Amino acid sequence: MSNSSDARPALYSQTLLAGLWRENPILRLLLGMCPTLAVTAAVKPAFTMGCCVIFVLLCSNIIVSLMRNLLKPHLRILMFTLTIATFVTIADLFLKAFQPEMSETLGPYVPLIIVNCIIICRAEACASKNGLIVSIIDAFGMGVGFTVTLCVLASVRELLATGAIFEIQILALAKEGGWFVKWAAMGMPVGAFLTLGLMLGLVNLVTGKKA
Amino acid sequence: MDTLNILLMGFISVVLINNLVFTKFLGICPYLGVSGRIDMAFGMGMAVTFVVTLSGTLTWMIDNWILMKLGLEVTRYVCFILVIAGAVQLVEMYVRKFFPSLYDSFGIFLPLITTNCAILGLCLFLNLWMIESLLDAAVRSFGAGIGFTMAICIMAGIRENLNMADVPDCLKGAPITLITAGLLSLAFMGFAGMIR
Repeated sequence: MSNSSDARPALYSQTLLAGLWRENPILRLLLGMCPTLAVTAAVKPAFTMGCCVIFVLLCSNIIVSLMRNLLKPHLRILMFTLTIATFVTIADLFLKAFQPEMSETLGPYVPLIIVNCIIICRAEACASKNGLIVSIIDAFGMGVGFTVTLCVLASVRELLATGAIFEIQILALAKEGGWFVKWAAMGMPVGAFLTLGLMLGLVNLVTGKKA
Repeated sequence: MDTLNILLMGFISVVLINNLVFTKFLGICPYLGVSGRIDMAFGMGMAVTFVVTLSGTLTWMIDNWILMKLGLEVTRYVCFILVIAGAVQLVEMYVRKFFPSLYDSFGIFLPLITTNCAILGLCLFLNLWMIESLLDAAVRSFGAGIGFTMAICIMAGIRENLNMADVPDCLKGAPITLITAGLLSLAFMGFAGMIR
């Protein structure tokens, strides 16, 4: 990477775009699959989850980036994990206090952000090598990419399972005189696996990537 | 007799009905990564079983006997992750010393068990299910490992045959694995409602 001053904005926008599409954590890197499958039964928990991940990712990237020169190689992963665990605890307590219902729905998947591969991957691959600003932009891009993918997946599933998106009824239900019959399987584990599998297939088809 | 009954029910429920992979979506990353060959899948399953039994029991003890007594529940996640990281380190040293060939074939996946959500997930579920006794916690942790091994071995068996199937190009690799997992989880739904 060049050090000249006019290359900086290009680097920043590149970092941002990488997270959104080119290296989208879910669709391209296949990271963080567990929460992706678990919380996408409806858009609302998916969105909350995405926000939590953005918060934790931002904070941990900032901290890791600031202390990157102090890290001993063999203690690196441990320090990352402890940093992440601290911020996840904060996010979890925040949700419990202000969004008790949502905290109930998400259950153990909020603390499970600690072992979400996206966050540790970004700490390792980006924040421990780059400066503060690049790390923040990277965290933001990755977090938003994650959230958007989560929301798209959740909308598909919620629409097919209940005929609604974000709890707003879109398709007229059969028992209320419409035509749509709820597809219950979509709200269950089966739906999660199938939808994500087909979505990955679609993305591969669009980008022409061969596995 | 009553205790035995509870233990047996707990074991069956965590292996079949609440299978970590198919109903709780935990441990999907190694599930997609290592399920290519059945011998590696089995080795991975064994490593996970060992770590999960160890850390499940340890975290239950720490949680119930230290953290809850002292009112330090806030530090629960940090403590759990430390215990798990320590257990993984132990297993890694053991496997490297006594099974070098297995160690080579694991590659990056062994240290990655630390960030395997199945393990932390189980520790958290033990807390959520309000397990009363140490023995019950240990049996359930072991059952979770067995459930994971079973799931990953079934998948490896299917994927070995899938190599010969004519899969559309865009679905090769992870997508078809996920779809297969979906069908498997459909089958596992048949166990739901067997016991509570």
